[in-house]
Amino acid sequence: MSGINDFVIKFATVNGSGSASANTMVAKTLFRMGIPVSPKNIFPSNIQGLPTWYEVRVSEAGYVARRDGIDFMVAMNPQTYAEDLAEVVPGGWLLYDSSMPRIWPRDDITLLPIPIAQICAKQWTDARQRQLFKNMVYVGALVELLSMDMEALKGVISDQLKGKEKLMAANLQAVELGRTYAREHFSCPLSIHARPAEGAKGKIMVTGNDAGGLAAVYGGATVCAWYPITPSTSLPEAYEKYARRLRVTKEGKRLFSIVQAEDELAAIGVAIGGGWNGARSFTATSGPGISLMSEFLGLAYFAEVPVVLFNIQRGGPSTGMPTRTGQPDIISCAYASHGDTKHVLLFPSNPTEVFSMGAEAFDLAELLQTPIMVMSDLDIGMNDWMTDPFTWDDSTEQSRGKVLSAEQLEAFKTVKGKPWGRYLDIDGDAIPYRTLPGTHPSMGSFFTRGTSHDEYARYTEDGRIHQRVIDRIRRKFDTAATVVPKPEIDIRDKGCKTAIIYFGATRPAALEALDELERAGVRINAMRLKAFPFSEDVKAFCDAHDHIFVLEQNRDAQMRSLLITEADIPATKLIPMLSYDGMPTTAAFVRKAVLAHLHPEKAAAAE
Amino acid sequence: MSYIAKPSAHHPALPRNALGLTRRDYEGSMSTLCAGCGHDSITAAIIEACYEMDLPAHRIAKISGIGCSSKAPTYFLSRSHGFNSVHGRMPSVTTGANMANRDLVYIGVSGDGDTASIGLGQFCHAVRRKLNMTYIVMNNGCYGLTKGQFSATNDKNSPSKKGEANPFDAIDLCQMAIQLGAGFVARSFSGDKRQLLPLIQAAISYKGFAFIDVISPCVTFNNHPASTKSYEYVRMHNMASENKLDYVEPKEEITTDYDEGTSTSVELHDGSHLMLFKVGEGHDPRDSDAAIHTIRTNAAKGTIVTGLLYVNENQQDLHDVLGTDERPLNGIAMSELCPGSKALEAINARLR
Repeated sequence: MSGINDFVIKFATVNGSGSASANTMVAKTLFRMGIPVSPKNIFPSNIQGLPTWYEVRVSEAGYVARRDGIDFMVAMNPQTYAEDLAEVVPGGWLLYDSSMPRIWPRDDITLLPIPIAQICAKQWTDARQRQLFKNMVYVGALVELLSMDMEALKGVISDQLKGKEKLMAANLQAVELGRTYAREHFSCPLSIHARPAEGAKGKIMVTGNDAGGLAAVYGGATVCAWYPITPSTSLPEAYEKYARRLRVTKEGKRLFSIVQAEDELAAIGVAIGGGWNGARSFTATSGPGISLMSEFLGLAYFAEVPVVLFNIQRGGPSTGMPTRTGQPDIISCAYASHGDTKHVLLFPSNPTEVFSMGAEAFDLAELLQTPIMVMSDLDIGMNDWMTDPFTWDDSTEQSRGKVLSAEQLEAFKTVKGKPWGRYLDIDGDAIPYRTLPGTHPSMGSFFTRGTSHDEYARYTEDGRIHQRVIDRIRRKFDTAATVVPKPEIDIRDKGCKTAIIYFGATRPAALEALDELERAGVRINAMRLKAFPFSEDVKAFCDAHDHIFVLEQNRDAQMRSLLITEADIPATKLIPMLSYDGMPTTAAFVRKAVLAHLHPEKAAAAE
Repeated sequence: MSYIAKPSAHHPALPRNALGLTRRDYEGSMSTLCAGCGHDSITAAIIEACYEMDLPAHRIAKISGIGCSSKAPTYFLSRSHGFNSVHGRMPSVTTGANMANRDLVYIGVSGDGDTASIGLGQFCHAVRRKLNMTYIVMNNGCYGLTKGQFSATNDKNSPSKKGEANPFDAIDLCQMAIQLGAGFVARSFSGDKRQLLPLIQAAISYKGFAFIDVISPCVTFNNHPASTKSYEYVRMHNMASENKLDYVEPKEEITTDYDEGTSTSVELHDGSHLMLFKVGEGHDPRDSDAAIHTIRTNAAKGTIVTGLLYVNENQQDLHDVLGTDERPLNGIAMSELCPGSKALEAINARLR
């Protein structure tokens, strides 16, 4: 299956050795050659010393899911030699630093020994340079072995060295050393190699967190508070980066505010304070932060304060796997906080959607006057994705929801036929009208509280009123179901009663698996969820199918539970398909699980 | 406590301030706290301060946490928006509100449990951020709503109503506030309106973090003679650092003659002044080390120093630090906030 523009290369290196930027250069060079690539950074919770890996899948067909089976291993970390060697497919290649002699106990792969440390020691005297340029030497060797475009690589290096131009020559020198060695010692290029293609043309390479920060700028957020936590940290950092570029007046004044809070409790508190006071406001966090923010989320839910939260999910429970991906916070987010609470969740499947849904989240928060959680994850958030460029329609007017101006307050009774009450359902959509502090000298003030309140925001201990108010808030969820993004439905066979439901980062794996299954004569239908609460289409799709796989990256089939509880889908027809080892799900996993269920004989034959 | 709704009618001859408003216009709903609660006196002082300063009530936001103290904002400024948030989290909500709109006056109301225990971290960080707000702690040394457990500000050995001595040292919030860099730190007593009123006025006028710890006896659970937070004890042991405080509004002229050496004038950001008239040796309120020394040496003797303890007249606030626009961020049009498709094209180009 592997071949030209279709292979996986993996770099096994030591964290903190400067390998990350070199590896990114390889991925970016292939991308600029027009070849679809998907890099995955598999990194430890550590700054220096622990093993780290970087995989790049190259796929002219445009499949960007992670793929098992390493064709080419760049083994630069003695700590992990054994496992790295084992991962290479028979017939594959392993490049290593042969400065120290070493025996590799496999004869079904091709070894590519390069005395990298010796080459560097000869060329440079400075210890740091010797170390850093080792990476560029193997990049140079790959230029020859994989037939990478040298001009494209030069462009990538020059982009990465912006502001440090004097390092350019030395980097190129290291690349040349690697190229020369490879040309002189190996038959280049290998049978797996790159050639210019079209699939990546017009695309961009970006992380979801970068896209999320940008989404907050485009979505009009002016208040951000956050607390550092992997893998969400780079999202607020991206917000600040873009806002410093795009949100500063001619006088140098900022049209945004960002505070690194003392903890997640404060981060969400600040965001809620901003939302209450009429600013578009957000925070970003991951699983442990969701736990800490839960009390406040209940307040925002009950007091109906708009706020946006980006949850960049990681492996749980507890501290879990901070540097591995997952979708384990579906239930904790859907029902975050004590009492009867429910929250609106959005499920972007790539950085482009983190941008579009992230910006939309700010509209929805103000429209629905409730927290909106954008459920990204480490894979989407921190890995570079080859994805469609960001788009923005300048003609769309961003609605601020039902916020009354002083004039509207004065005219309210005349226009609406009823006096204003903060929590009165005037329009029958269960969304009340809100006012902001400072609006009117004598009208529209009210007391926002997490204690039970009546339709006029007055404290109450009357159980009937309490029930009436929380019923109305629940009805608001019905309205939410009509305005959140609709699912993406893919009918491959009209008569087919088998389907798969998936969402978020598993999309590339699901799409690839569906294609593979179709090629193997198995056609099933698919639905990608984009939001909770579920719209009518979700139920209709489930009603039309008898066997539905629910693909998700958690142990407890949490989305399946939501479908059962919230959409009344019979449990018997929902088949859990669970991958929760912290790695991005592969198409092979999906394909095998479908086959094992539908055609055990085909699955056995394929093994 | 009272169950009666307040009548909205009032006497036509009530005095009016420059905005044409009466004191009644600055009131809130009927207090549901115990009769004689110190918190109600603080409420009255806040009403009086805002009335006298001619503040438009709708330009004030009142924010609180949870507890008896945090209920108090319902009882003043009904024309202001209020936010009764979650326990110990008033500082973060106020931070966000202030970031969204720098033009409002922020009055945060908290209690000793709300600030010195569950919210200690948030208190510290609001101080560090130099949030432009008035932070009032209604300090009664106990948890009233849950029936009188000790709070972290209750003095060591000061007994509970049942006579049990408090085994732990107290947290002194004024000392903490000074150490953490609060620009305006005062302590007062709910039973001393003459001192409390000018302090609240000055705190509101102050641009930056203004903190007032107001000892406010809990008549139900912590007002027995042996308690160091009782009316009786505080009256006996209150050592005001000034014998008189005067708040002089910006538009007024300072006309009274003050004796050289016995008075200090503190200029506030809006041009108003706080005049301090010293008793005894006192200390220089611009000297934070001296302020802490005065608090500690008096506390060792069992006396409580009240009045303006520390002031830094040149503090920057959070917006100065963040470099935000002079306009409130919540009022800026989406068209100005959204960079649009052209800028996005340039971003896409960089990602290719």
